[in-house]
Amino acid sequence: MNEPLSQIFINACLVNNFVLAYFLGICPFLGVSGKMETATRMGGAVTFVMLISSLCAFGIHLLLEAIGAPFLQLISYIVVIAATVQLVEMFIKKMSPALFRSLGIFLPLITTNCAILGLALFQTNKGYHLLESFVYALGAGAGFMLALVLIAGLREQLDFAEVPKVVKGTVLTLVVAGILSLTFMGFAGLGG
Amino acid sequence: MAAQDDIRTAGTDNMSTDTFIKGLWKENPVFVQVLGMCPVLAVSNTAENALAMGLATTFVLVMSNMLVSSLRNFIPKQVRIASYILIIATFVTIIDYAIQAISVELHKSLGAFISLIVVNCLILSRAEAFASKNGVIASLLDALGMGFGFVIGLFSLGAVREILGNGTFFGMGLFPNGFQSWIVMILPAGGFFTLALWLLLFNIWKEKRKPA
Repeated sequence: MNEPLSQIFINACLVNNFVLAYFLGICPFLGVSGKMETATRMGGAVTFVMLISSLCAFGIHLLLEAIGAPFLQLISYIVVIAATVQLVEMFIKKMSPALFRSLGIFLPLITTNCAILGLALFQTNKGYHLLESFVYALGAGAGFMLALVLIAGLREQLDFAEVPKVVKGTVLTLVVAGILSLTFMGFAGLGG
Repeated sequence: MAAQDDIRTAGTDNMSTDTFIKGLWKENPVFVQVLGMCPVLAVSNTAENALAMGLATTFVLVMSNMLVSSLRNFIPKQVRIASYILIIATFVTIIDYAIQAISVELHKSLGAFISLIVVNCLILSRAEAFASKNGVIASLLDALGMGFGFVIGLFSLGAVREILGNGTFFGMGLFPNGFQSWIVMILPAGGFFTLALWLLLFNIWKEKRKPA
């Protein structure tokens, strides 16, 4: 299967959007999507971690294949992701304390974001080579950010709407997410 | 240490039913805490998948909770989260291979989501919030309660989605031939809508009970 790179990107970003079609990364999707600004930053941080951990996962997969220990895959992926997040955290803290403060608790929580582990597992299953993995991670990150920003924009508007008390909060967000997911179904023919 | 442990278990003894029950209803992981949503939405398109996923998660939850609780005095505070994740990942690998051995078909339909149990926030949050502070037996009960609460949540979602989206229940036809199935319920969007519906019902029930 030799897909062109552009198709991999569109597939990961729109057609099989990680949040709206694969349900990966729902926790930050519901938790951090209240404000447009935090949503954008969170999206950026997740994309960055995705890119690095996808490259690491590619290397680890080769290594584990070589020593014949596929059962260590899951454990080593999660360790690499945790380490990457830690590194990113230290890096941001040193380079830009302001950004570090605004991201706050969300940064360490990226470790348990299933979109990142999911990405590493999917790229291994699909047998992408290095460049393809990189584009796949870029597409997935862009898709995650797109979904997060879209829902944050909608939620900011919904704050002004008058809705019954029982619907407020998670219920309303889920309904909006469902409608967004339906909309994204429209991209189905795009990637082929 | 042993005496301390005894006091602790004695103290929790009369609360043990509480520890178990709270996960089922009052602190239900799906409807109240809204934790571990990714697998809930992704594999609840049929009742069978939902049940299998729920049981697999319960197994990991029970085993990791017990191990974390029995090691709680040995794990240094600074590296506890990393250690918990390693413990969880080990058990997830075990259940992944076990499911593959039992039914290849089931393994295929659950896909990567078995591996993704590792990052289920529910398990990590129970390890951190309960198992690291309580005895082994209390942690076992807590894990069982939370696990079954999770199964209930997943199953109620999976059942609704399969019945409406496919017209079947555990693969058995329920409706006469004329039934037009609601394709949308099987699609990802259906997952969001069904969960929203259940949460809405739960909220309404809570509102009604409040004054009493």
